[in-house]
Amino acid sequence: MHLKELKLTNFKNYQEVRLDFQSKINVLVGKNGSGKTNLLDAIHYLSLTRSAFCADNFVIRLGEQFFFVKGLFQTGKNLEEISCSLQSGSKKVFKEGVNEYGKLSDHVGKYPVVLIAPDDTELVKEGSEERRKFFDSIIAQLDRQYLEALIQYNYALKQRNSLLKIFAETNSFDAVALESYDQLLIKSGDVIFRKRKEFISEFIPVFQKYYSFIVADEVALLEYKTELDRTGLEAGLTSNRQRDLYLQRTNFGIHRDDFHFILGGGELKKLGSQGQQKSFIIALKLAQFEILKNHKGFKPILLLDDIFDKLDDARIAKLLDLIKRDELGQLFITDARPDRTRELLEHINVSATIFTVEKGQITKI
Amino acid sequence: MEYPSKLIEEAVNQISKLPGIGKKTALRLVLHLIKERPESTTALSEALTNLRSQIRFCKHCFNISDHEVCSICTSHRRERSIVCVVEDTRDVMAIENTSQYTGLYHVLGGVISPVNGIGPADLTIEALIERLNTASSEIKEVILALSPTMEGDTTAFYINKRIKDLPVKVSTIARGVPVGGDLEYADEITLGRSITGRTLFN
Repeated sequence: MHLKELKLTNFKNYQEVRLDFQSKINVLVGKNGSGKTNLLDAIHYLSLTRSAFCADNFVIRLGEQFFFVKGLFQTGKNLEEISCSLQSGSKKVFKEGVNEYGKLSDHVGKYPVVLIAPDDTELVKEGSEERRKFFDSIIAQLDRQYLEALIQYNYALKQRNSLLKIFAETNSFDAVALESYDQLLIKSGDVIFRKRKEFISEFIPVFQKYYSFIVADEVALLEYKTELDRTGLEAGLTSNRQRDLYLQRTNFGIHRDDFHFILGGGELKKLGSQGQQKSFIIALKLAQFEILKNHKGFKPILLLDDIFDKLDDARIAKLLDLIKRDELGQLFITDARPDRTRELLEHINVSATIFTVEKGQITKI
Repeated sequence: MEYPSKLIEEAVNQISKLPGIGKKTALRLVLHLIKERPESTTALSEALTNLRSQIRFCKHCFNISDHEVCSICTSHRRERSIVCVVEDTRDVMAIENTSQYTGLYHVLGGVISPVNGIGPADLTIEALIERLNTASSEIKEVILALSPTMEGDTTAFYINKRIKDLPVKVSTIARGVPVGGDLEYADEITLGRSITGRTLFN
């Protein structure tokens, strides 16, 4: 699968742009702040119906009332036009061909992309929510039932927490009302728990393969941590009831799960160097790429943001090695230094289409 | 917007508070009233004042009513052994329009949604239980006719849990493929439910 053509109107710093891409390597070069990453974000938007970096109202070009993005995707012999428009204050319209999607979730997963931004270490540094989001978004792209269960769980959790607050405010208690949400949490939570376990056991070996490829002689571990391993969801909710009532929120369940990143026996967040954290993230993303590829039967689009600047030579060499072996599909690479990119790609003897980006204008070289 | 008169401005402000009506529509309505004979505006304002001061809720089923007890609850032609639980008055009207139901109703006044500040105590669920518990109750079946949304389902679960030990049968409306609809256009969840909830042909 690859993106043949992209058209942007009022998307971030672009007023009006139309571009043709090749099916292998596309490089975007330009100064910092010229809009290279915004172009990657437009591709991300078409694939996942949202920006990788900001909320919808910041996607519309400053001073304008709407944005429009259109992409022509080729999968095998199939050519499909995907478009999205958003008028500020109205609902987002997402179309495949001329047909509008009823639910955005129907589109997610059809044209998968993986974004690697090595500087983006939130996944390592931030709380467990970021890591749950990362894995949830992959599993949801592969499994509709998982997505439905996740929506149901989050609904029940929000309602249950509000109910606990109402109990505290009105000094009342209604066991049956609490149970009404507990049964929903149990039903959907068990599905999420089972599927997270299943997924992570498939993910770990792929991840470890890539980590030891990037950093030879180092072993990285990934662990799914959940309270449900010790206690069932139903029993856990029951035994935490008093605490829940006191703290006015739900203290047990899969919304407290975490994924631990471990390196050399210690926690990556605390003991890992900057370089190790970047390698870890790249290995996670490459594993995401391979898992999506295995399930979809074709290669997702890979967006590589600023990797030549943010990685050391040894790691760059490994990535170039993957490109040379043709293991990756269509690539979009951004770089602030055109000469460096050209040199690196010439070195591995692959041809690329290079675009220069300057203040919202793009020209093919 | 600049209005030529303070009176018009005040009327527009009040009317545009109504759901679905913006300032422009409100202005059109106001100008229309000025053009009409004064009596029609008096009739309108009287109708609204009477509506608000005289409207009542039936003390048995909580449906909107002119009297203490509504016309459905007092009717001799209605079956007293069956009660249909609905969210609001619009649902009573929808079910009445089917002419398929001859029992009584119970209007909840909403569905449980703590996020919006609505707990079970804010609805008429206690009154329903009391209704089923009174010695003179003839009710043998309760139909839960709530929308198949997450809120509706939770509310149905809650009510069922509260009344399942009483000597009444609890049923829920069937859910599945709409009449006259094509199977292939039904969404997966609806079609799935209509398969698991299939009924005998005769």
